[in-house]
Amino acid sequence: MAILFLAILFPFICAALVSLLHKRLRRIAHLGWFILPIPLIIFLFLIQYIPQIAEGKTLIHTYKWIPSFHINFTTYLDGLSMIFGLLITGVGSLVILYSIFYLSTKESLHHFYCYLLLFMGAMLGVVFSDNLMVLYTFWELTSVSSFLLIAFWHHRKASRAGAKKAMMITVFGGLSMLAGFLMLYVAADTFSIRGIVATLDIVSQHALFIPALICILLGAFTKSAQFPFHIWLPDAMEAPTPVSAYLHSATMVKAGIYLVARFSPIFGGEAIWFWLVSGIGLITLFWGSFNAVRQIDLKALLAYSTISQLGLIMSLFGLGSVGHYYGYADSTLLYTQASFAALFHLINHSTFKGALFMMVGIVDHEAGTRDIRRLGGLMALMPITFTIAVIGSFSMAGLPPFNGFLSKEMFFAAVLAIRDVEAFSIADIGLLFPMVAWVASIFTFVYSMILISRTFLGRFQPERLDKKPHEAPFGMLISPIILCVLVVGIFLFPNLIGHYLLQPAMASIYPSFPSISELTPHISAWHGFNMELVMTIGVVIIGTVLYKTLKSWQPLYRLFSQRYTFNAYYNQALSFAESGSTKLTNRYMTGNLTHYFIYIYVFFIALIAGYFIWSDAMVLRVTRDAAVESHELILVFVMMFAALWIVFAKGRVTAMLLNGVLGYSIAFFFVIFRAPDLALTQLVVESVTTALFLLCFKYLPDLMPEQKQRKARWSHVTISILVGATVTLVGLAVVHYERFESIATYFNDAYELAGGSNIVNTILGDFRAFDTMLEVVVLLIAGLGVYTLTKLKPRKGEADNEN
Amino acid sequence: MESLILLLVGVLVAVATYLILSRQLLRVILGTAVLSHAAHLLILTMGGLKKGDVPLLGESDGPYTDALPQALILTAIVISFAVTAFVLVLGYRVYKTNGTGNFDELRGRPDE
Repeated sequence: MAILFLAILFPFICAALVSLLHKRLRRIAHLGWFILPIPLIIFLFLIQYIPQIAEGKTLIHTYKWIPSFHINFTTYLDGLSMIFGLLITGVGSLVILYSIFYLSTKESLHHFYCYLLLFMGAMLGVVFSDNLMVLYTFWELTSVSSFLLIAFWHHRKASRAGAKKAMMITVFGGLSMLAGFLMLYVAADTFSIRGIVATLDIVSQHALFIPALICILLGAFTKSAQFPFHIWLPDAMEAPTPVSAYLHSATMVKAGIYLVARFSPIFGGEAIWFWLVSGIGLITLFWGSFNAVRQIDLKALLAYSTISQLGLIMSLFGLGSVGHYYGYADSTLLYTQASFAALFHLINHSTFKGALFMMVGIVDHEAGTRDIRRLGGLMALMPITFTIAVIGSFSMAGLPPFNGFLSKEMFFAAVLAIRDVEAFSIADIGLLFPMVAWVASIFTFVYSMILISRTFLGRFQPERLDKKPHEAPFGMLISPIILCVLVVGIFLFPNLIGHYLLQPAMASIYPSFPSISELTPHISAWHGFNMELVMTIGVVIIGTVLYKTLKSWQPLYRLFSQRYTFNAYYNQALSFAESGSTKLTNRYMTGNLTHYFIYIYVFFIALIAGYFIWSDAMVLRVTRDAAVESHELILVFVMMFAALWIVFAKGRVTAMLLNGVLGYSIAFFFVIFRAPDLALTQLVVESVTTALFLLCFKYLPDLMPEQKQRKARWSHVTISILVGATVTLVGLAVVHYERFESIATYFNDAYELAGGSNIVNTILGDFRAFDTMLEVVVLLIAGLGVYTLTKLKPRKGEADNEN
Repeated sequence: MESLILLLVGVLVAVATYLILSRQLLRVILGTAVLSHAAHLLILTMGGLKKGDVPLLGESDGPYTDALPQALILTAIVISFAVTAFVLVLGYRVYKTNGTGNFDELRGRPDE
């Protein structure tokens, strides 16, 4: 199954090729035509595995990447990843086909398609990876490509702001998810998701299990725009419409849902998982649909509607997790149905929301605006687009004969069933679930009606439009029409999808259950006059009333002050972080060299001296030292005296001569310590250095009396003494450390090994000849530097302070 | 002997540090020169002092003193000479271009 690995890499390779070949390809045709086959090939390739997957098989292939860290490139194809793989490539193909007609050839198409392919590859990587680290890598790559795509029209300020916001929020979640993954790794000692599921008994007892759960959910919630992280999605609508249809409705925002589905076998039995996933999901469902009604931009309306629908799917997975709590039993079917409905609605949402986004794109393209105050009466001018809008909106509102009706009914069934669950003390507030769901569905109905009527019905206002609207070219209509056919087709033959796609995916969500076929309900459009149908009828009636009286209650929204929105909080937090970090950085990055040296020295003292004290590594065995003779003692004192005198020296010549005293004294020490070569070199170098100093003094200013403030002076003295003490301590510890042998004896064979009797010379010229060669290079560079610095003349026109 | 030399190294390092923390270019350059002296002594001491004869084969029967630190120091002396020369000329250039060798006056513009 190594070919699945290739399926992930294929878009990446093509993305690279597009960047290289676009100039040649553009001359032939719209670049999109060359991109279209890529997702199509992967789609067709995946389709041939559907029968195998439907039989319950899974395909796995491991390519060892960094085995020492347990990081392997494991591709895994099961029912759940199959659904997502088909969505990514299927919707991807349609979106690319649509984009060929949507984007003109004047745009920088190679960037667009390169990013889009990057995203596609990353998304396939997310859903086909079994290894958590690989999954995380691809996960962040989707955030990055989403950032690039939102900012595609980067000359617009709103695009850049939206891209930044999406990036900040999703990457924040991604990092939190990484922390969760690492916690899981600590608990399970494996990065493999299947491995973690297999050792669940041990993993779930670990102290880090619940923190990991919360961290991973943060990642899922930010990616899937769940309340209160939903604020990035409406701003992301600044992206070109094909991108909104693809990333921000059909695929990327569903990555969080994929994560929840993938991890529900691991965390599903926990009460906190149930409450967070279903609770946040329901809140998002309500908040999204409630806010969608107030929008005046069609894309913003769809963005809030997407948020709301994502919340619906999320809450269904939360409700389905009760099935993990109860385990495999007949009664569990009631709860596993929720997961089934989630998967079903996931597919349905991608079809109708994709079609609706493309429809809005067409309206925008042909009428030049998405503002519903300026639109209206387009039905007669754009009949096909109108039909698409009706099919998509009715499906979204949950009306028959469209697929949204089926999954909406199943959603109602699931929230009704959850009322009576004993576990997690759900029963106390059980009635809230169907109530919130029902109210949110009423708002969904209302905004679906707004979407149709404000755009296509009502009075046509040509004077308020920039363009003269007409029906879109046929090519632009193909993709939404295909999606609408699917919307109706799935309604007519839902069990085809149920058997081939949903049932194997259920096996991935409930891997511990011995039999899956009982978990798959038979989907039927008519199942008697029951509570669900009553709820749907209620939604239609009350929704219609609310829609008709929209004008009278819409001012309610003004009660929500703009100052207390989540957007305002986000902006405040962002500007606070920016000004705060600027202040902090300015406080220590002063541009003052002395301050930087102080940081380095303080760090040095803290780290080295601190470690020495902490590890108790100090050794002092003075008894083993060589004897000190009187002339050596004098020399030591001369050096100490000369060194201290430099500090107090008034003139530069004094200071320089004292430095010379140090250098010549060291030459004496080299003689005493049996190093004749060193002594000779030191004498030569010291003489040259002194000469050089004298030469430069001709040009350099004389030493000024130090104007240090008293406080600064004492802190400098303290730091200096501490640094000196640290070096002495380390030196003492090293010189008295006798745990291992010196390697000096090796060089005693210098004559046999290198043919020289001066050991120091053989080391320099033979054993470590490369060192010496590079040393010469350093000398050469320094010489060149000196030469250039002395000869360099300021360019004409530049200020030269030389008098 | 070793402990005494290490004490001397400590004093030299302290002096060098104090000079480097100065506001004047020339003192900083002097500081680096003193620091390299300290480093040479430190490396030499690491091999043990007066533990054998001059490392010249055939001059005596040994044992010889550790030759490796000597080789390292020989490299270090030459490099520190190169660095000192470069820094000195750099200082000369800085002074020539900016008219000052005081870091307080070399801060650059605040908007950078």
